[in-house]
Amino acid sequence: MTTLHLINKTPSESTALGDSLATLSEGDALLLIENGVYAAMPAYAEHFTRLPRTIQCYLLNNDALARGLNDLNPDFAAIDYDGFVELSCRYSKVVSWF
Amino acid sequence: MIFSIVITGAPYSSQASASALQFSRSVLKLGHSIHRVFFYADGVHSGSALAAPPQDETNIPLEWAALAREHQLDLVVCIAAAVRRGVLDEGEARRYEKSGHNLASGFTLSGLGQLVEAGIVSDRVVTFGV
Repeated sequence: MTTLHLINKTPSESTALGDSLATLSEGDALLLIENGVYAAMPAYAEHFTRLPRTIQCYLLNNDALARGLNDLNPDFAAIDYDGFVELSCRYSKVVSWF
Repeated sequence: MIFSIVITGAPYSSQASASALQFSRSVLKLGHSIHRVFFYADGVHSGSALAAPPQDETNIPLEWAALAREHQLDLVVCIAAAVRRGVLDEGEARRYEKSGHNLASGFTLSGLGQLVEAGIVSDRVVTFGV
């Protein structure tokens, strides 16, 4: 059972990212959406340095572009809404953190 | 795959309903189905027929109703969350003796049981909130 974890807040406005990072299991994935994409800014990179290699990290590019963000953390793969749907199918559960 | 979508954020205050709309369009485009869209807590405002955003902005209630018409979606607004926030259908307006009702066409008021049933029937439940 693998889980896709959705984060929609910046690390400074919510503990959602930290809470989810503490519970990730091997093979899970993290997807940043809405304001969550700010967590892929280089300033937040240290949050992700100790993640196991089996954890895939993604960000919703539509939301990054809407916020004018570029030069984001290269550990995050940029996807669109179709990719979001495909990830939702690939992982057996989708959990939104608030 | 069968999806259900839960929305707990109000349109224009949060991105939840707009994100859920775009996600739902992709779900349907990729050949999956949506068993139900459940509007809960502040998400009930997506079902207001009285929302009148500027013409160059997305009219979220209208967009949901159009998507529902095109794909026969079941748009359910939590009745307890809705009536306390002033989103009423004709029957609830009569019950509470209100002067008007504003649940947009294409939406129905119902209970949390509909969310539980959606969780049982669907392969994936995806929540958009605040």
